[in-house]
Amino acid sequence: MQRLFFSFLAGALFGAGLLVSGMVDTTKVQGWLDVFGDWDPTLAFVMGGAIIPMTFAWIYGRRRETAVLGNPIPLDGKTEVSRTLVLGSLLFGAGWGLAGLCPGPSLASLSFGGLGGLVFVLSMMAGMYAAPAVRGQIDRAAAAN
Amino acid sequence: MEQDWIWGLVGGLMIGSAGALYLLVNGRIMGASGILGGLVDRSGWSTGGERLAFVIGLIAFPPLLVPLYREVDTHITDNFAVIVAAGLLVGIGTRLANGCTSGHGVCGISRLSLRGLVATVFYLLGGGLALVLFRHILGVI
Repeated sequence: MQRLFFSFLAGALFGAGLLVSGMVDTTKVQGWLDVFGDWDPTLAFVMGGAIIPMTFAWIYGRRRETAVLGNPIPLDGKTEVSRTLVLGSLLFGAGWGLAGLCPGPSLASLSFGGLGGLVFVLSMMAGMYAAPAVRGQIDRAAAAN
Repeated sequence: MEQDWIWGLVGGLMIGSAGALYLLVNGRIMGASGILGGLVDRSGWSTGGERLAFVIGLIAFPPLLVPLYREVDTHITDNFAVIVAAGLLVGIGTRLANGCTSGHGVCGISRLSLRGLVATVFYLLGGGLALVLFRHILGVI
């Protein structure tokens, strides 16, 4: 129950931060990516602001090793820079630029984003559902070469 | 607007605090695409309750703050072909890359993860190229 409560709390604070920062506004995101247009630097302040508390969390987490609710803090992430990491990030970035939404803000704005916001989230979930099959295709194509 | 960067910084600190809470209390990495994606493709159903609680908080809390603002508008395009294409690309891309702006960007860069840094460079590149192609050359967004 505690685990669910703190998950809910983290999601709520994340969503509040996305709203306050203006990242639910697609024009601000596209304004940041559009370096040849009317460039908007806000996203850099959001990213910088978010990295500050997270940096301290990792430093403290490395000392603690165990989370407050008992399980180990995931300190050893994957290190391999793979083909799918690069390709997936390029595809994600293209979609992010097209609509000005990434997964967090699309969920945070679901209640007030209208039909367009809902269609985006449903399309994104369809893409997530298809992704394991796409990964399989890429791996097979790579193995054949 | 002039003070946009201040609210960007404040909101950013809130986002990072949410990530810190999720890491230190729950022992999990706060990545929106991973949390939702694991529910969608069933790979994360063993931790489904925590994922669902996070998603519910993320969807249900922001509307409570909306009345504090004169106007909240996502300004999303009304071109549904663009919306569907963008959604599919974001869904497939984030799952292939195992992360998005929150997981790779916020949580990855803050621990000096090479994967997080590489992902961030390439999704910024993909986004920048999308704006050049679809806004400045084709004029569809």
